[in-house]
Amino acid sequence: MESNVAPSTTTKMNFKNSRSHLSDKIVPIILFLCAALSVLTTIGIVVTLLSETINFFKSVPFMDFLFGTKWSPLIEPKAFGILPLLSGTLLVTVIACIVAIPIGLASAIYLSEYAPKRVRKIVKPILEVLAGVPTIVYGYFALTFVTPLLKSIFPSMGVFNALSAGIVVGIMIIPMVSSLSEDAMSAVPKSLRHGAYALGATRFEVALKIVVPAAFSGIVSSAVLAFSRAIGETMIVAVAAGATPNLTLNPLESIQTMTAYIVQVSLGDTPHGSVEYGTIFAVGMTLFVITFLLNILAQYVARRFREEY
Amino acid sequence: MSTATQAANQTLIHIEQLNLYYGTYHALKNVNLTIPEKAVTAFIGPSGCGKSTLLRTLNRMNDMIDGTRIEGLVSMGGTDIYSSDVDVETLRKKVGMVFQQPNPFPKSIYDNIAYGPRLHGIKSKSQLDEIVEQSLKQAVLWDEVKDYLKRSAFSLSGGQQQRLCIARALAVNPDVLLMDEATSALDPISTLKIEELVQELKNKYTIVMVTHNMQQAARTSDQTVFFLNGEMVEFDQTETLFSNPSDKRTEDYITGRFG
Amino acid sequence: MSMFEDANRKQISNRRKKDLYLHLLFIAATSIGIIALMALLINIVLDGIGRLNLDLFTNYPSRVAERAGMKSAIVGSIYMVLIMAPISFVLGVGAAIYLEEYAKKNAITRFIQLNISTLAGVPSIVYGILGLTIFVRGLSLDRSLLSGALTMTLLVLPVIIVSAQEAIRAVPRARRDASFALGATKWQTVYGSVLPSSISGILTGVILALSRAIGETAPLVMIGALTFVAFLPSSIMDQFTVMPIQIFNWISRPQVSFHDLAASGIIVMMVMLVLMNISAVILRNKYSKQI
Repeated sequence: MESNVAPSTTTKMNFKNSRSHLSDKIVPIILFLCAALSVLTTIGIVVTLLSETINFFKSVPFMDFLFGTKWSPLIEPKAFGILPLLSGTLLVTVIACIVAIPIGLASAIYLSEYAPKRVRKIVKPILEVLAGVPTIVYGYFALTFVTPLLKSIFPSMGVFNALSAGIVVGIMIIPMVSSLSEDAMSAVPKSLRHGAYALGATRFEVALKIVVPAAFSGIVSSAVLAFSRAIGETMIVAVAAGATPNLTLNPLESIQTMTAYIVQVSLGDTPHGSVEYGTIFAVGMTLFVITFLLNILAQYVARRFREEY
Repeated sequence: MSTATQAANQTLIHIEQLNLYYGTYHALKNVNLTIPEKAVTAFIGPSGCGKSTLLRTLNRMNDMIDGTRIEGLVSMGGTDIYSSDVDVETLRKKVGMVFQQPNPFPKSIYDNIAYGPRLHGIKSKSQLDEIVEQSLKQAVLWDEVKDYLKRSAFSLSGGQQQRLCIARALAVNPDVLLMDEATSALDPISTLKIEELVQELKNKYTIVMVTHNMQQAARTSDQTVFFLNGEMVEFDQTETLFSNPSDKRTEDYITGRFG
Repeated sequence: MSMFEDANRKQISNRRKKDLYLHLLFIAATSIGIIALMALLINIVLDGIGRLNLDLFTNYPSRVAERAGMKSAIVGSIYMVLIMAPISFVLGVGAAIYLEEYAKKNAITRFIQLNISTLAGVPSIVYGILGLTIFVRGLSLDRSLLSGALTMTLLVLPVIIVSAQEAIRAVPRARRDASFALGATKWQTVYGSVLPSSISGILTGVILALSRAIGETAPLVMIGALTFVAFLPSSIMDQFTVMPIQIFNWISRPQVSFHDLAASGIIVMMVMLVLMNISAVILRNKYSKQI
């Protein structure tokens, strides 16, 4: 057996530190600060919005803001009810989702279950391009192409209307729905599909009865994210939906969304510190809270999905 | 357990009552071992027997795996390498390592070799040129690449890449060279070249190699250690271990009854 | 007697038919996205090709559509991206390295990660409000090029961080081990081995994020990028305009001649985006060869 004394060696080695590793002490701190900047950004957003919003509610009662049916902060008699902006936003968003969710989902099913590899390789980049087109370009498309096209069907329709903007916002978010849903579907294990095929199921039966239900929460999550994205979309509605806060559900009328209102005010010459200036923040806060909650919801739904396998 | 009949060489590495745990998994059990300097020591045994784990304790690469706990003594050149005043970077400079898969950096051949010396503060171009040339010559790669030093290391074949990795390890002038199944990803001709290289290098370096290939251990090593389930079963001169094993389990393994 | 005799042939052929119809429906749905893209591109090219001449690049904005150009907007967009590129690269890659290489798997790290993915979903106009409050007013940078670039940096950072994290995560463990085994410290390993192994993937993400910034309009409307700039910014504290703002201004005018001008502007902007995307794809291909 071995002795308890370390045996003698001719070569003596020591491993004392010959240099100081200052970089390994400072660098992690600097890198941490880079990562922490994202938290600071969030805090910045919340504090910015909150402080001015609180100021705003010193002049406008909270209940009037939330339940008022008239929005006219720039023209006398002034009114600060956000419902017309909310209904305008909702109208555009719902139209967008009616366009995007079925088309996006059907594209996802096609790409994930039906399309040959060669077709996927062409179609997926095209959808990516669709996602990369700047929103101002979509705005131009809505105003100069989709609106005239719709006007030939609905002659009474105005130049600015919710329908055209909604359809184009929908086109914009198709890639989002399709790529996120497809991700969810391709995460469904092959064995599930093979099990169904082995029982003699056809492709649509596998797609609709096996894959879609298994990927359901991923699909729902993508739809929620798309909804949130549509709510926050700005330039398409600023260009094509109009600037008339209008409590209506008629898609042929001109409306104004929350985002388009913020753009309208910042294009004008509103004095800093006035109540009108405060409306940017109150509306911005409303927008932020809604999209934030939807994003959290989408993440929650998606996480439940992951636990299934 | 039989103690190796020591060759003329002095002990360089001394391992005593070594236990290693990954979380609750007991990966090395009461290992006692001495490794002589300027010789080739081979660790053999079936997958999961702890041979690679033991190799990685010698340059403390296990430190980077969360939940690793180690008990016992590992001393090298008379110093306990797990004592608190040991600088891991300095230890690794003196204990080079070559991995299972060739893993060159996405840099030129020259910059791959110069990577280590630069880490340790060598900046002079002429000095680096000298080191690059010497290291590549030691790894018997110089003649093949001397005109292409600026080319990407990925332009080399697998066997050349592995010799490049050996040259890279030699460039920081280590005392010990650890080889973790360094030929397992290579073709037979490249393997042979590296085995010949090991014979050259053992005149200058203490070499510890892990191999799953018993013929390789028999061909290239001076001492062989057989591990099973985290235990050191037998340690002897290579010839003795393969021709006349003293433990039944060693005999079963080398005659191919398991593993 | 065939062994398939008992199969209900009618039921099976019905299901086959249904499969075919749905297949066609799915193809039709997928085509809608592609057709929309084609319609958009053709519409813009037809409208804009007529005004796509040298004046567009050399003239400043004008009240007369025939004389108007977007010189100041093109230069403004380029300057903005040039300021953004180094800042967003350092901050984004720094954060990604921290999260992938240094951060412990604890609650703080999870919180930062969750925060980054949430920020990616904040509407861009909200970043405009933030930039307006913090940079334009808070730090008194006014409606300057710097304010615009910093606001857009915050907007694209989450995208850059996430893509850089993916690139860093894809670096094989063996690359790190090789460096550590030579006696490198953590930072030496990150700087000498991990970054060179992931740099083209990281740059791909940065370029794509910057191309997104080129097309963004809303935040810059908020911080007050001007629409009628008849000069080129000579310092980062000068006022400025960018292509999408100029295009927005032209679209907002009632005259068709300005709409056509907007379409020409869109063509210029889209060509720039396509060039950036092509360079990103080239880098990505290089990257996949390296790993």
